[in-house]
Amino acid sequence: MKLARDTWLIFQRQLHLLLRNPVWVFVGVFQPVMYLLLFAPLLKPALNAPTQAEAYKIFVPGLLVLLAIFGGLFQGFGLIAELRAGVIERSRVTPVSRLALLLGRSLRDVVSLMAQAVIITLLALLFDLRVFIGDLLLAYLMLALIALMTSAVSYGVALKVKSEDALAPLMNTVAQPVLLLSGILLPLAFAPGWLQGVAKWNPFSWAVEGTRALFNGDISNDRVWQGLTIITVLAAAGVYWAARQFARSVR
Amino acid sequence: MIETRGLRKSFRSRAGRETKTVEAVRGVDLDVTAGEIFGFLGPNGAGKTTTLRMLATLIEPDGGEATIAGADLLKDPGEVRRRIGYVAQGGSTWDESTAREELVLHARMYGIAKAEAHRRAARALEAFQLTEFADRKCKTYSGGQRRRVEIALGIIHEPKIVFLDEPTTGLDPQSRAHMWDEIRRLRTDGMTVFITTHYLDEADALCDRIAIMDHGEVVAEGTPTDLKREISGDVVQVGLDLAATGEAAKLLDGEEYVNRLEVLEEGGLRLFVDEGATAIPRILRRIDGAGLDLKSIELHRPSLDDVFLTKTGRSLRES
Ligand SMILES: Nc1ncnc2c1ncn2[C@@H]1O[C@H](COP(=O)(O)OP(=O)(O)O)[C@@H](O)[C@H]1O
Ligand SMILES: [Mg+2]
Repeated sequence: MKLARDTWLIFQRQLHLLLRNPVWVFVGVFQPVMYLLLFAPLLKPALNAPTQAEAYKIFVPGLLVLLAIFGGLFQGFGLIAELRAGVIERSRVTPVSRLALLLGRSLRDVVSLMAQAVIITLLALLFDLRVFIGDLLLAYLMLALIALMTSAVSYGVALKVKSEDALAPLMNTVAQPVLLLSGILLPLAFAPGWLQGVAKWNPFSWAVEGTRALFNGDISNDRVWQGLTIITVLAAAGVYWAARQFARSVR
Repeated sequence: MIETRGLRKSFRSRAGRETKTVEAVRGVDLDVTAGEIFGFLGPNGAGKTTTLRMLATLIEPDGGEATIAGADLLKDPGEVRRRIGYVAQGGSTWDESTAREELVLHARMYGIAKAEAHRRAARALEAFQLTEFADRKCKTYSGGQRRRVEIALGIIHEPKIVFLDEPTTGLDPQSRAHMWDEIRRLRTDGMTVFITTHYLDEADALCDRIAIMDHGEVVAEGTPTDLKREISGDVVQVGLDLAATGEAAKLLDGEEYVNRLEVLEEGGLRLFVDEGATAIPRILRRIDGAGLDLKSIELHRPSLDDVFLTKTGRSLRES
């Protein structure tokens, strides 16, 4: 009960601050929109897709997962600014739940990601993408869990390293291989065998395949429940670990 | 109200390839009485902030124990949090928030219901004369205004004790005087106030009792008056050129009426004597006799800096 109340309190505060400066939601969505408009049209011939809509069915889910991963991973920078301003220390002298300090922030990130995902989806609809609403909602759940995990991990790492200079290269070196090994931009079906083998160890590649299956109306595909399960477990672990950093962070 | 025994904390820090251990606090015993303004006086790096952060449950002590407002620091940190307020040295407000938003949020983090939180925020804004810009972003405030917001945050839940870490550092003289009044008002309201400072005049004028801290240890404790009285006698300060200082020190060090002699870095001497009135003529004769150029001579009662000097061998002004 206290956890729910405290989480809501922190969530409201963070959302309020975000909405005071909503330009960031649009800055975040700018790059994926550019991909959608300027890169996706190349895909129909490149993928040998029969129609533009088919190409979008492959590309848009990858783009959304990409957005969720990156949107989450870079939230730590905001936290370092809060750390520097003394806001975190001030929160930690109160009896407020430590888990709530994390969850309130991560849920704000999930909500802002959802807003961006909806914008991208609506735009893709203009390009003849068609998805069943039930499948779409399940795909959004996958995205929400990914964002929850990556933002929690980013906050936890931020509390450990405590400086932007350390966080930026760290997040980039993690994000790049994860991105390339997840088949986000092009399906790994095109990859040579060894690359597919390596990608099997990347949880995000399962998530991408699951999301693609959902966009394809193939809800009974094993990748859907497998991807959701893997991401749920990782999100829970990430949240648990990051909340512990909130409980014991030193300066 | 606060009782600590043997509180210790060391940090391991990495400088290049070596790891160094800094013993920030090495066994601090304190007894703070309810309703007093207790001051922690010491130079930068003495371990004041580290001690306060331990007492505020922000970092775990390596050893020792403490009872704060009746709650055990180690066994029941949650209860300690409810009973204390803490205002950090480096600030705690968010640029993009307003004072009112910060106050309401902070009250609510203590579990206070929304309507009551708004009432308390309004009352605090009034009390700290912040109402006029309560709904402006914190980044537009002056240093003194921002400090007042932070103190208001620290007491929004009406704690029994409030810890203020260097509350007046960086403030102009007028804001400082203002802040002293605010702090005295907290005591009048029945709160126990624990402040840290590296200003001698602040410790002297504001605090009922002080503990002098150096290198992680409390080297003296008592009321400012008692501490100064402990150093019996008077202090004679002799103004000399840097060049003449060394010779004068040699001359006077052997005199039987000089209990202790300190050489000032910028030139001149401080002489601790039993009775200033009889010592001054003798000092004058000695310096004159050697043909040294005396620029000034002052007699004063020992200050807290003299206390610090006798306890640590250094002047607080210089460290
Ligand atoms: N988080 C930390 N990591 C490493 N060293 C620290 C840390 N916090 C404080 N110290 C060191 O402990 C000593 C005491 O610091 P502090 O308590 O801040 O002193 P004060 O508040 O009296 O200026 C200093 O030498 C400081 O560098
Ligand atoms: Mg300090």
